[in-house]
Amino acid sequence: MKPAPFIRHVPKTLDEAVKILAQVAPQDGRVLAGGQSLVPIMAFRLAKPAHLVDINEIDGLDRIASDGTTLSIGACVRHGAFHKSVVGNPLGALLTFVARHIAHYPIRMRGTFCGSLAHADPSSEWCLTAATLDATIVARSTRGERPIPAREFFAGIMSTALAEDELLAEVRLPLLSPDTKFGFNEFSRRAGDFAMSAALVTYRLQGGKIAEARVGVGGAEPFPRRIAQAEAALNGQPPGDKAFRAAAEAAANAVEAMEDHQTSAEYRRDLVRAVVRRALEHSNR
Amino acid sequence: MTEKSSITLTINGRDHAIKVEARRTLADAIREDCGQTGTHIGCEHGVCGACTVIVDGEPVRSCLMFAAQAAGKQIRTVEGLAKGDTLHPMQQAFMDHHGLQCGFCTPGFLMLAVGVLEREPDISDDDLIDVLSSNLCRCTGYQNIIKAVRAAAKEMRK
Repeated sequence: MKPAPFIRHVPKTLDEAVKILAQVAPQDGRVLAGGQSLVPIMAFRLAKPAHLVDINEIDGLDRIASDGTTLSIGACVRHGAFHKSVVGNPLGALLTFVARHIAHYPIRMRGTFCGSLAHADPSSEWCLTAATLDATIVARSTRGERPIPAREFFAGIMSTALAEDELLAEVRLPLLSPDTKFGFNEFSRRAGDFAMSAALVTYRLQGGKIAEARVGVGGAEPFPRRIAQAEAALNGQPPGDKAFRAAAEAAANAVEAMEDHQTSAEYRRDLVRAVVRRALEHSNR
Repeated sequence: MTEKSSITLTINGRDHAIKVEARRTLADAIREDCGQTGTHIGCEHGVCGACTVIVDGEPVRSCLMFAAQAAGKQIRTVEGLAKGDTLHPMQQAFMDHHGLQCGFCTPGFLMLAVGVLEREPDISDDDLIDVLSSNLCRCTGYQNIIKAVRAAAKEMRK
């Protein structure tokens, strides 16, 4: 299986890239970053873009920067960059733990954080992270820069708020309070395979009670989102089996689980219950 | 057929001046255009790992990279592991521990393991298993591959 013919454009600056993208987008032009999802889709001929705007040779897109409140992740930052903590904040440890679950080591050497968001696979670990932590997604085009809140970014299975001429230039994640606890769990049939359900949780403890709980669920619905009912079941409760089971039950009841040829909605709902509980148990280590 | 462009791939230190279409994968260019057939192609969509090579020090799937993207980078393939008649410690360990049977997946496993151990010499045994889950082998059942890579890791740390 070989990709269909295309013309490869190799801009050296972001300005040049968005100019080219504006020209070729109407003729099925796409951005090529890590290519670890796009190239397989092209090999299957599910996508036959006529133009690829390869952003790998633009200087500075592999930049990770923190200004004390926000972590900025450039368009060509690879998953592997997070194998070690990138910032002295609980967010650094969270990203390192989550990154280990993304595909396999050689894929993580090429695939990018921002590319995962632009691709918007329902089971993507980074999409779940962006939704749970309320990331800001920065779209660039010849019309300028447009920040998009994560809750408005995901629109459906592999569908986002990005316009066809917009390039996902950067993702901004809020740094976490130093006392933030996090937990993550996902279920997939094989190591490195797509998660059939995944959960990411964060919270703080105030006087021994959970506060500011965030419970994100991915892989179960067309796109990841925070589950308010599960967060409400946690806030004000002491961390432990009772609160964790209540939150897991609330999450399972709240999701409209997807069905596919392998998996019934009922089964996926059961998985949501399990991964939320396991993520919460992981947070309580 | 779209236009071909002239690029130079540097494989195991040797330059190969070739003409390729933009859609030519690095895996195909290494085999078909540069004649280095040690790199094997299994699934062609990034799942099996047979085509793993090392590009600028990073083990990558060569079927998920276009040849033109690797121009100017240092590419290492299985042909570059042995020094003359002396096998690389990883190759020797695969022989000593029966880490292969049919051998189709072996070049990919060798480049994966060498690539990761050169980057992370002190990687834990548990993390090594996670790394080795990247590639598929249908003969060995993996246990002897794990044994071989752990033995080679010790050798490479010396």
